[in-house]
Amino acid sequence: MAVKRVKRAYRARTLLTDILRTPTAISHLAKRDWETLIWQARAAELLGQLRHRLTTTVPNTDIPIQVARHLDAAWKIALLHDQAVRYELLHLQDALLEQGIPVVLLKGAAYCAQKADAATGRVFNDIDILVPKGALVDSEKRLLGAGWIPSHLNAYDQRYYREWMHEIPPMEHKNRSTVLDVHHTIVPPTSGIRPDPDLLIESSVRVDDPELLFFKVLNPEDMVIHSASHLFFGEFHKGLRDLYDLHSLFVQFSTNDGFWERLLARADELHLTEPVLDALSESSRLFGTAIPEDIFKRIEGRCGALSTHRWRGWLFEQALRPNHPSAHDSMTSVAQWLIFARSHWLRMPLPLLAYHLGHKALFRDAKSK
Amino acid sequence: MRVSNHSLIDFGRRLNTSGFAIPCGPFNVRIYSGIDHVADALHRLYSDFPECNPEDFIDFEIRIDPPSLLRRYLRPQVTLSCDGRQPFKPLPLAQAFPMLEWGLNWVLSSHAHEHLVIHAAVVEREGGALILAADPGSGKSTLCAALVDAGWRLISDELALVNLKSGQISPIARPISLKNRSIDVIRQLNSETVFSSVCRDTAKGDIAHVKPPAASVNALGHFATPKLIVFPKYSANVTLDCSPVGKAHALAELTRHAFNAPLLGPEAFETIARLLDQTSVFRVEYSSFDQVLPEIDRLWRLNA
Repeated sequence: MAVKRVKRAYRARTLLTDILRTPTAISHLAKRDWETLIWQARAAELLGQLRHRLTTTVPNTDIPIQVARHLDAAWKIALLHDQAVRYELLHLQDALLEQGIPVVLLKGAAYCAQKADAATGRVFNDIDILVPKGALVDSEKRLLGAGWIPSHLNAYDQRYYREWMHEIPPMEHKNRSTVLDVHHTIVPPTSGIRPDPDLLIESSVRVDDPELLFFKVLNPEDMVIHSASHLFFGEFHKGLRDLYDLHSLFVQFSTNDGFWERLLARADELHLTEPVLDALSESSRLFGTAIPEDIFKRIEGRCGALSTHRWRGWLFEQALRPNHPSAHDSMTSVAQWLIFARSHWLRMPLPLLAYHLGHKALFRDAKSK
Repeated sequence: MRVSNHSLIDFGRRLNTSGFAIPCGPFNVRIYSGIDHVADALHRLYSDFPECNPEDFIDFEIRIDPPSLLRRYLRPQVTLSCDGRQPFKPLPLAQAFPMLEWGLNWVLSSHAHEHLVIHAAVVEREGGALILAADPGSGKSTLCAALVDAGWRLISDELALVNLKSGQISPIARPISLKNRSIDVIRQLNSETVFSSVCRDTAKGDIAHVKPPAASVNALGHFATPKLIVFPKYSANVTLDCSPVGKAHALAELTRHAFNAPLLGPEAFETIARLLDQTSVFRVEYSSFDQVLPEIDRLWRLNA
């Protein structure tokens, strides 16, 4: 958007990440930069996190009043979301309690239940859970009984999810309209990488919250590995927000003794070293995450030449910008298309991909994810 | 500078290049569009609106345009994006202006959380506010347009923004949205009222917008103190029926109409409670303006 800028002191493209990384840099911001900062944070769904970062590091008086009102509104929304997720988890607990099998919360729901730093200021769009594949049918039945209705009812979409994906079609609650994603593993089986979901479920840990004792969450290493795989095999829809989640997890878990060593070993075991390397490099590039130098070198050594390709760096740099025109350039739409193509390429072998895209082109009613 | 200080051609060029920023309730919004009929409708209905100064803080940017070059010609569509987000599915290109109006309402109802946002029309007289809260289809906007035609100042036809701190109502004064038969009803009331062209077959039926009076737009800086709340209900062929509404019932009804009551929680409860301490509340059922306008005058004289 070509707007006549009255005064701009800051580079627009990296404004949001620069401020999240170094909040004291707000002293250099002109009014036009503050506007852009708010627009970018809104587009990236990071307004609540930005508010938390600013209010815990700089005096409130350094934040212009026109900016503070938007940060405060986002904070109110984040508090409501936190409450709503907890409320929804209580319902979910009631629905699945008698089944007696472990239900593992993933991503946002896990951060929220554990009161992890990554949940602070965050908004939630759905709840993701992981159940053992053998318990899927029973879980679905119980969820249906409690009011969660499956979406994507046509035959092709059902097949797409059930045969080729790592989750069943999303379910929506008939009264509360909340969306639930039930996973049976953490990456699509069609991707060729098949980490054993039982390994993850066995190592999962009970939620600390006494009200939510039924639920488990992945252990810190697995939580990072899952979030990294989800982001770097995916379509980067909320890429920057997901990366900021990872940054918060790294900062929080790195205070555990031996976290980095365990992370490396576990990533090896699950054959998911590459997304972990991507998460570490991008998080340290954008947010300055402190990662021990030798950990970085060792994980790089394991990933081989692929990880150092310059086009990957270029692609991630584009995909991890806030989805706002002020952060885009002439190549952004090309990069976005490539990321979309890449996410499908990684998820499906070529013949299946051709079949899937062919079907989507011919049958418009078949809405996929 | 006002919108009307720009020629239509100049205004359209600005919308299509650097954008044009106007106040929208407590916010400033910069609008971008390359669509001629959007420029035309904005230039006509917002002509008295001030243009934001270069030093004003712009809270939101809205772009309303066809999604792609292809969609400009093949089954033409329009999308609305606000700071990287698209709150609505694409609509036929002909519905671009109503879509922009819905987008501006969405900006207010989803972000103005320094206020309790009630689905209600508000008009003002002598600094006091009359709040008309009702379900869609009750004739709230039509009654609002008739009151404005009768000389009340337009605060808002759709959203009552009750400031959480002061309890006062923030003016919006954007065009009044009329549906279906209401369009002709208001047209017949006064031949000088300025309308947008009628947009047929939208999700809400036929839609037309009424230009807010210059005096209402000029008073955008003046907040209004709540005095009277009316729950209006238009029904064909009824005799006028007016009855007072108890505080508890009014509290329940207003909470139901407040978009962000779940978000604000106890703040919403306290704000509505204070609102009810300041006002009298009535339910009015009517079948013509001849019945309802004098009745509202009477209620106002007795209670305001």
